[in-house]
Amino acid sequence: MGSAAKSEWQEKVYEAAIKRAPERQAQFTRSSGAEVAPLYTPEDISGMDYGRDIGYPGEYPFTRGVQPTMYRGRLWTMRQYAGFASAEESNRRYRYLIEQGQTGLSVAFDLPTQIGYDSDHPICAGEVGMVGVPICSLQDMEVLFQDIPLDKVSTSMTINATAPILLAMYIALGKKQGVAPAELNGTIQNDILKEYIARGTYIFPPKPSLRLTTDIFQYCGEHVPPWNTISVSGYHMRDAGATAAQELAFTLAHGIAYVQAAIDAGLDVDRFAGRVSFFFASDNNLFEEVAKFRAARRLWAGIMRHRFEAKQDRSCMLRFHTQTAGSTLTAQQPDNNIVRVTIQALAAILGGTQSLHTCSRDEALALPSEEAVQISLRTQQVLAYESGVADSVDPLAGSYLVESLTNEIEAEAKAYLDKIEKMGGALNAIEQGFPQRQIHESSYRYQREFEAEKRVVVGVNKFCSPQPSAISLLRVSQDEQEKQKARVTELRRNRDNAKVAQSLEKLERVARGSENTMPTFIECVEAYATLGEICDVLRRVFGEYKQSVAF
Amino acid sequence: MTEEHKIRVLIAKPGLDGHDRGAKVVAQALRDAGMEVIYTGIRQTPEMIAEAALQEDVDVVGLSSLSGAHIQLFPRVLEEVKKRGLKSVLLLAGGIIPEEDVAPLRELGIQGIFGPGTRTDDIVDFVRKSMAGKR
Repeated sequence: MGSAAKSEWQEKVYEAAIKRAPERQAQFTRSSGAEVAPLYTPEDISGMDYGRDIGYPGEYPFTRGVQPTMYRGRLWTMRQYAGFASAEESNRRYRYLIEQGQTGLSVAFDLPTQIGYDSDHPICAGEVGMVGVPICSLQDMEVLFQDIPLDKVSTSMTINATAPILLAMYIALGKKQGVAPAELNGTIQNDILKEYIARGTYIFPPKPSLRLTTDIFQYCGEHVPPWNTISVSGYHMRDAGATAAQELAFTLAHGIAYVQAAIDAGLDVDRFAGRVSFFFASDNNLFEEVAKFRAARRLWAGIMRHRFEAKQDRSCMLRFHTQTAGSTLTAQQPDNNIVRVTIQALAAILGGTQSLHTCSRDEALALPSEEAVQISLRTQQVLAYESGVADSVDPLAGSYLVESLTNEIEAEAKAYLDKIEKMGGALNAIEQGFPQRQIHESSYRYQREFEAEKRVVVGVNKFCSPQPSAISLLRVSQDEQEKQKARVTELRRNRDNAKVAQSLEKLERVARGSENTMPTFIECVEAYATLGEICDVLRRVFGEYKQSVAF
Repeated sequence: MTEEHKIRVLIAKPGLDGHDRGAKVVAQALRDAGMEVIYTGIRQTPEMIAEAALQEDVDVVGLSSLSGAHIQLFPRVLEEVKKRGLKSVLLLAGGIIPEEDVAPLRELGIQGIFGPGTRTDDIVDFVRKSMAGKR
């Protein structure tokens, strides 16, 4: 006769077994440090109600996915983040990726573009074209999308502080190509709050930044309805060291702040909430990650319905992009990264992602080479077309383990959300350094565990091999920086400078007032005002954010 | 070096790169090892870093960059440090620094270069050994 209950099995069978032969570790833990039990059974999820807590795909609370057919209807969008050196080089890489079967573009901008400086500003020395493409004006944008019709692609732009300006350029470029704003498809990250915590590409203080965010919500609601106006991002906080639950909680806390800011600006929740999207990391612990994605959907649905009283189901759907976790990539034995990325990509797919970037094996060493990018794209294609994991919706639902973890991570995230609420919301929490401290503590704990070999990283603290792997790395040439500087100098000489000055004066007036800034940004970029000139105006009006180093 | 003298370290982020997980972890590890550690925060110019090193009278300056800008920025930091007559400062670097850049940076005078996967214990040991006998 077998055991009648889990407790009986645990006492009689399990305890006896570990007395005979102890387990590999004294404890098995997830990223938050919470213990994973040796076994999950129906008892662990006995309090759950299928209809209420899990439900059907395409229906509230969307635990099982946002679409009824999920990947049976359409696979996730395979979207490799790319951009480097110059607009020409990046354009070449995009066309290569499209030829290789990629289904969406994802633009990486260099740091000067993200922080609002033209390539020839002295502060940009050494940074131009290094981590992304430099865009100083509409002219660079025209080169970047040469021979790529904007009505045929969806474009994701990782841009935050300068998001409205890059979006304005994209809209202006569409017009030049004969594509109406309403036909443009894509996403801008436009998530400034996480920049104050991790990643660091802020310019202005939070309040005027949030105004620019809501200006975009409102403008796109009227003129670019298919556009995903924000991608509330946990990815960077996770890469900075957050646990899965912290990533989820801080992201949703920011989501709440953006929705509230838009409502406070007079927008109707059901008019913009359907265009809010999210962005998460997928780390190594497969089941924890799948559970995180499922918990994210359920938590957000509840927040939108109960806290913000959204009426439409669409407003309650958490749609998200995933990137495999860059922080898990190792410089040692870089080929091992291909395997890590495969597991992480699998977690994202099992978790129901809408789009996916798979990192390349060489990213702990440099920007990815073309060859490395091809392997990472092929990884997605093998998962999509050969593995069968995309053939049934939310295949891990009902697993005692995955449902239990989904509940646990939801509870952990809720506890953080309550704490942030008590602090007066995400903005106050950031000002008090709360998420920053939490993330640093987690990253430091991880480092200690890694050094104590409690966390094994294959090829780094275990199974090391002395021989270096020879792989060819991508190198951004310094000549490109000089060429880019020359281009922007020439532009300033050849454009109609009276028109530029006029548009910038108008921008200053609009920025000081309260009307929507988007139409004026479009006017400025159409006059070929540069990104740096536009941001100089805004820096004058809004001031600059000063990071307080709580260390 | 007297026993009471704590090793003073400046951890700095030159350039526009905002990735400071590694910088903070190293700062914390050196502090836990008994050193006095000042972290500059992100977006520092070479001048700002050298000036902080001078003002804070540090023994060690650790530079972190993940954006690739180290090629241009690290030499400029060294120049500024030299200008201020800080001859005995131990210079360290970390972040995403390709193998082929390591030797040229060493030649410039950056004595310790620590890439991804480094144990913080190794950095602590390196600093202690390098500082032994100085002062």
